[in-house]
Amino acid sequence: MGKTMTGAQIIVESLKREGVEVIFGYPGGAVIDIYDELYKTPEIKHVLVRHEQGAAHAADGFARSTGKVGVCLVTSGPGATNTVTGIATAYMDSIPVVILTGQVPTKLIGNDAFQEVDITGITRPCTKHNFLVKRTEDLPRILKAAFHIARTGRPGPVLVDLPKDVQQGKAEFHWPEEIRLRSYNPVYDPHPRQVERAYRLLESATRPVILVGGGVISSGAHEEVRELAEGLHLPVTRTLMGLGGFPGTHPQSLGMLGMHGTYYANMAVANSDLILAVGARFDDRVTGKVDAFAPMAKIIHIDIDPTSIQKNVRVDVPIVGDCKRALEKLLQIVTEVARPEKIWKEQFKEWWEQIEIWKKRYPLSYKQEGETIKPQYVIEKLYELTKGKAIISTEVGQNQMWTAQYYKFDQPRTLITSGGLGTMGFGFPAAIGAQMGNPDKLVIDVAGDGSIQMNIQEMATAMDQGLPIKIIILNNGYLGMVRQWQELFYERRYSAVKFQVIPDFVKLAEAYGALGLRATKVDEVEPVLKQALESKRLTLVDIHIAPEEGVFPMVPAGRATTEMILV
Amino acid sequence: MAERKHTLSVLVENTPGALARIAGLFSGRGFNIDSLCVAETLDPTLSHLTLVTYGDDQIIEQILKQLRRLVDVYKVVDVTEEGEFVEREMALIKVRAEKETRAEVLRMCDIFRCKVVDVSPRTYTIEVTGPQSKLEAVIELLKPIGIKEIVRTGVIAMKRERKSP
Ligand SMILES: Cc1cc2nc3c(=O)[nH]c(=O)nc-3n(C[C@H](O)[C@H](O)[C@H](O)COP(=O)(O)OP(=O)(O)OC[C@H]3O[C@@H](n4cnc5c(N)ncnc54)[C@H](O)[C@@H]3O)c2cc1C
Ligand SMILES: Cc1ncc(C[n+]2csc(CCOP(=O)(O)OP(=O)(O)O)c2C)c(N)n1
Repeated sequence: MGKTMTGAQIIVESLKREGVEVIFGYPGGAVIDIYDELYKTPEIKHVLVRHEQGAAHAADGFARSTGKVGVCLVTSGPGATNTVTGIATAYMDSIPVVILTGQVPTKLIGNDAFQEVDITGITRPCTKHNFLVKRTEDLPRILKAAFHIARTGRPGPVLVDLPKDVQQGKAEFHWPEEIRLRSYNPVYDPHPRQVERAYRLLESATRPVILVGGGVISSGAHEEVRELAEGLHLPVTRTLMGLGGFPGTHPQSLGMLGMHGTYYANMAVANSDLILAVGARFDDRVTGKVDAFAPMAKIIHIDIDPTSIQKNVRVDVPIVGDCKRALEKLLQIVTEVARPEKIWKEQFKEWWEQIEIWKKRYPLSYKQEGETIKPQYVIEKLYELTKGKAIISTEVGQNQMWTAQYYKFDQPRTLITSGGLGTMGFGFPAAIGAQMGNPDKLVIDVAGDGSIQMNIQEMATAMDQGLPIKIIILNNGYLGMVRQWQELFYERRYSAVKFQVIPDFVKLAEAYGALGLRATKVDEVEPVLKQALESKRLTLVDIHIAPEEGVFPMVPAGRATTEMILV
Repeated sequence: MAERKHTLSVLVENTPGALARIAGLFSGRGFNIDSLCVAETLDPTLSHLTLVTYGDDQIIEQILKQLRRLVDVYKVVDVTEEGEFVEREMALIKVRAEKETRAEVLRMCDIFRCKVVDVSPRTYTIEVTGPQSKLEAVIELLKPIGIKEIVRTGVIAMKRERKSP
């Protein structure tokens, strides 16, 4: 016999059973019963945000940085709709988040009741799955399923809509230890024959490249990638989401590929005869014009989601399964065949010579000019001063791309960035989530002056929690990435990319009780960054950078990745 | 690549959002639906859905994978690729039937084994069942006489069992 409890008690008890330590949320009438239970539950920390979008991004940042499921709790109606951008952001990047929304009582659903919105309808296309709970006794089973679905297979956000009468009703609490959903069975183990075929292609390749994507991070396969790359002497490139899935400082790393990837990564992929893609989905930012993408290459594609395979590019060896398990199998074959390392090295010798030529021809570079601060320099300094050990979140735009290019990212889960949806305003609340999940780590949000203003209200949240996050604003006075497109493709018609008013960020930081710092000349950068990194408080650094600096290389949208604009 | 018509048989959990999820998948990803038929199965916790769609091989592959990816979808079979299958659709056709055409309509019904299910002084309502090609033939023949209204069920399909053991 289970204990009889209210729905709200069951919800909180279920969260405890799932091991939830922290919830990001905002209260309201439709969740007041749950908040009443949380009041009595000190084991679960609640972080009160300033806007529900912030709660969703914070739960997401928590998940990205820890690998655990992030949780967010909001009221019905506007509380729920405010999370939608956050949910879509997590969905596009396959991040496990559970969103709990209050709902009007079941009897009133469909009546346009006060603060009623059909949130399961609204979020159907941007959640992995969602539930509307109709009966109190269903709560444990549905909550268990929600966490299970969010974290397994291709991870993603799951929303659970909780009508008020379901929270107030009573039922016996039965926690299902096991869960089996007959219609949901992600495949983890790869087909052995496909892995064998993959191995044989590697043996016969002359110009191979490993392409590391976000799936490597979510499956924790970074060690296996490294072992394979080192054992077989394979060059490795990474998508934006794959950064950290293979060390950026590794001699075999080619850096990021794609629209703002390195010259040598794009040249290597374009000229390769074999691509081993691991947990990457061949986004159009990666492939450029699809018809011209790696025309000579055979493609081996490991992905847990069959829909990712064969979606954008044709694949020769599809391997449906978990990256880690597939690579383990592949490494097992490598060990069994025991081909001498010398032979592998010899096989790719010419290929490496060619790659070295590309690397020397166009390394990532920028010009230092007088006293103006170049953003690339700021990121390089940041990398140096943090020894590459910080968790870096970014906003969206140029700031994001400079960070991707110049902070090397040696470890998985150290880059927290919105890749698929490209959500401005993501970085700072995500940093709050990351800092909550990693209290002992240094967490930095690299921002643009535009993006930071989209969720700047969360500075109060960070202050509430005493989080020593560092916000580094690369302040160019423009919506820089859009300005760059206008400069290059719209004959410098700078339409709606310059704000007439930009707040004094230093004073703004001070108004929130945070430390505000500024640098306007290049020799101020290092001391200011040092001061920020030593600060134990929330710190904002306003760095005035060259206003019209661009991100290069750049592949114009829809062009072949070999058609890069270099500087 | 050539576009082809495919009949898909889909078993889904009998939950409120399931149908919306499938319809949303097709509209959201720009896939085509020619017809869609939903009903309960022997197991009341599952619904059966017959869906007719078209596209080239790559699109059909994506449709099948995307359907299977839905958490509520239990099973998807591309009936068109599974060998022979029986396909049926029903239509109710209200056709103008005045003095001179009444006999002709009845004659046509006879040939095609349609049933007259409602009669008024100026119309017959005809029930016709069969493969889509038959329905289309009947409709074409009745058009010159004057069709007032048509309601079609959409196709349902079932794989044929092998004739020899
Ligand atoms: C301004 C801007 C510029 C950008 N420029 C670039 C650029 O130049 N280069 C670039 O690369 N990106 C760029 N992006 C990001 C781009 O939009 C995509 O988000 C990114 O390329 C996708 O990375 P991914 O292929 O690794 O896929 P992800 O979105 O990380 O998807 C992961 C894949 O792995 C699979 N997977 C998940 N878990 C597992 C598992 N356990 N086992 C196996 N598979 C699994 C998933 O099914 C999915 O297919 C840019 C974004 C913005 C906003
Ligand atoms: C919510 C949202 N709105 C609009 C955009 C389109 N957009 C992409 S980059 C960008 C400019 C970003 O400006 P800023 O934050 O100042 O960064 P910068 O590019 O200057 O580094 C805009 C408007 C977006 N990605 N997200």
